[in-house]
Formats: sequence, structure tokens, C-alpha cells
Amino acid sequence: MLEWAINLASWFLLLTGGVFGVIGGIGLIRFPDFYSRLHGAGVTDTLCAICIVFGLALQSGISLLTLKLMLILLFLLFTAPTATHALARAAMVDEVEPLLDEQSESLAKHRGERSSSI
Amino acid sequence: MTPVLVLTTMAVFTTMALALARALKGPTIYDRIVAVNVFGTKTVLVVALITYLTGHADLIDVALVYALINFIAIVTVLKLVKTRDLASSDAGEGSDA
Amino acid sequence: MREAFFLTCWLVLLWLAISGVYKPVILLLGIASVMLVLWLSLRMKVVGEEHAPAIFGWRLPVFWVWTLVEIVRSNLHVARLTFSPEKISPRIVTTDVPFRTSVAKVVYGNTCTLTPGTVTLMLTRDKLVAHALDQTSSETLTSGRLARKVLWLEGSPEPEK
Repeated sequence: MLEWAINLASWFLLLTGGVFGVIGGIGLIRFPDFYSRLHGAGVTDTLCAICIVFGLALQSGISLLTLKLMLILLFLLFTAPTATHALARAAMVDEVEPLLDEQSESLAKHRGERSSSI
Repeated sequence: MTPVLVLTTMAVFTTMALALARALKGPTIYDRIVAVNVFGTKTVLVVALITYLTGHADLIDVALVYALINFIAIVTVLKLVKTRDLASSDAGEGSDA
Repeated sequence: MREAFFLTCWLVLLWLAISGVYKPVILLLGIASVMLVLWLSLRMKVVGEEHAPAIFGWRLPVFWVWTLVEIVRSNLHVARLTFSPEKISPRIVTTDVPFRTSVAKVVYGNTCTLTPGTVTLMLTRDKLVAHALDQTSSETLTSGRLARKVLWLEGSPEPEK
């Protein structure tokens, strides 16, 4: 009984992860400019990875394999925002213009500023 | 079990194909790097899925190492694109101004 | 020195967990790699520098669970926007960064990027510039929900309103 419940949960997580991966991919194609595409990439980097890794972890229970899966998830979740930020920052310095809503403040006034070491 | 794993793997492959399409389309170099980054992180997931499909537990180490290498590769490519130079240590600062 | 000791313990544990092979030669290689990483960290002067005790306490798992819920919520929102891309209204958001420690500032910036719908563009000493996909996404930042949570993680008192 319990085994069935775990299996069902695992299948649900795996398939959800797959679906969100495809949705993120579609976002990567459909969003109109570079900065909004970053959000599409973010979907595949976060929920897709989390769901798939937890789905797989449920399959192997408490073991060395699960520990390594969790380490993979930890590395992914630590490196993904860093890489995304590096990309966004580079594009911003390189004067890639975002498509913005009319009411929004513009990006140009921040361009001259530098990321200080905090 | 196996059909679900195969389905999920197929879904991740679809994501990779979509990312590849974006990488080919561009238009800016940054769009391409984002797409390659997504492709890389999905590779990690595919390797993890294949570990469970084939039952070779050792494969998970490949995914673990790939997760780290992918990040370093993306940052390196980004720096190379930005500065055309990997040797100087303060190039990022200089081009930031 | 205390931090160097803890770092060594963590590295040894990590190596033992990942390796899985416990033969003398391999163990020797493990010791060598732990020492190499320790030396590199000491040389980079990062040991103890970025140490904020509260961040590594019991509050961290709670914060992770909260972040997980936020990630799921914002993912659902962005997924909905994916199927109606004409509804997006991208905007630039600027918020204050009211934290004492640099670790908390980085956690703030990373969590902002980690929840789809907002991407940190720039993080300076006292403010954060982010790109948000629409009004709902930007509210995580503008309403200060995330900032309050990171303040709690850092162990700082809540700011008076």
C-alpha cells in the first residue's frame, strides 16, 4: 500500500517535472525579448529540476544515490541564479534593450552604475 | 515504472530541442547562451533519468560532475564573449565601467 | 581557525559520502584533495569571511521550504503567462536592500532570480534592480515579502513601518 502511494507520488512528480520542462522550453521560444526569455529558462531551471530530482529520489528511498541526487539539486539551485544573473548583467552592460511596459522606469539610468563588491 | 521514466525523458528531450531551436535562432548572442545553459542543465537531468532507466548507479556521478562543469563552462563562455580574453583577471571590472 | 576546522569536517564528510570506495590508495587521494581545497580556500581568504551564524542555523531549512512554496507559486504564474504571451508587461523594479551581512544580500538576489518572473539585474550595496515579467511577479519584491523573510533568516529585527 505504502509502496503504491510512494510510486504514485514519484510518477506524479516526474511527469509534472517533464511538463514544466516543456512549458519552460515553449516560454524560451515564445517570449518576445531576451529578458523575458530568462524567465522561461528559469521555469526549466527550478520547478522542472526540483520535481524530477524529488521524483527520482522517491524511487530509491534513503540511499547514497538519493544523497547524490540531492547534491545535484543543491548545485543546480546554487549555480542557476548565478549564471542567470551573470547573463542578465552582461546583456545589460552590452546595452541589450528590454521591451518594457509604458509605465515602467527605464533600464538606461542604471546602466552607468557598477555592481559594487558588497 | 519504466514507461513513466521514458515519458519524462522524452519531455526533457523536447525541452532540449526547444532550447536548441532558440540557440539557432538567436537573435542576440545572450539568447544563444541562455539556450545553451538550459540545454546543459537539462543534460544533467537526462543523465540522472538514464541512471534510473538502466540501473547503473555509477552514472549519477557523471550527472554530478556535469552540473558543476556546465556552470563553469557558461561563465567562461560568457567572459570570453564579453572580453575576448580569458587571461586577464580584472577584465570584467574594466568592461563594466 | 574554528571555521577552517568545520570546513575540513564538511569536506571529509562530503568526500566520504560521494566516493563510496574505501581503499587505502583512494583514501590517500581523498585526504590530498581535502587538503588542496582547504589550502585554496585559505589562500582565497574566504574561510570565516562570509560566515553569518544565523544563516547556517535552524532557520535555513524553514527558509528553504518557504522558498520552495514561492517557487511553485511563481512557476504556475509564469506557466500561465507562457500560453498567453500577449498578457505580459515587463518592467524594471528597484528595491532597497536592508540587510547587514553580504551573505543575506546575496541570498536576497539569488532567491529573487530563483523565483521565475523576477530576475536580478544588478545588486549594489543598498539596492537591487530587477526585471519582472508582470505586475503579479514584481509584487514579491515591491511588497517586501521576500525582504522580510530574508531579514528573518538573517536574524535582524523587523523594520518599523
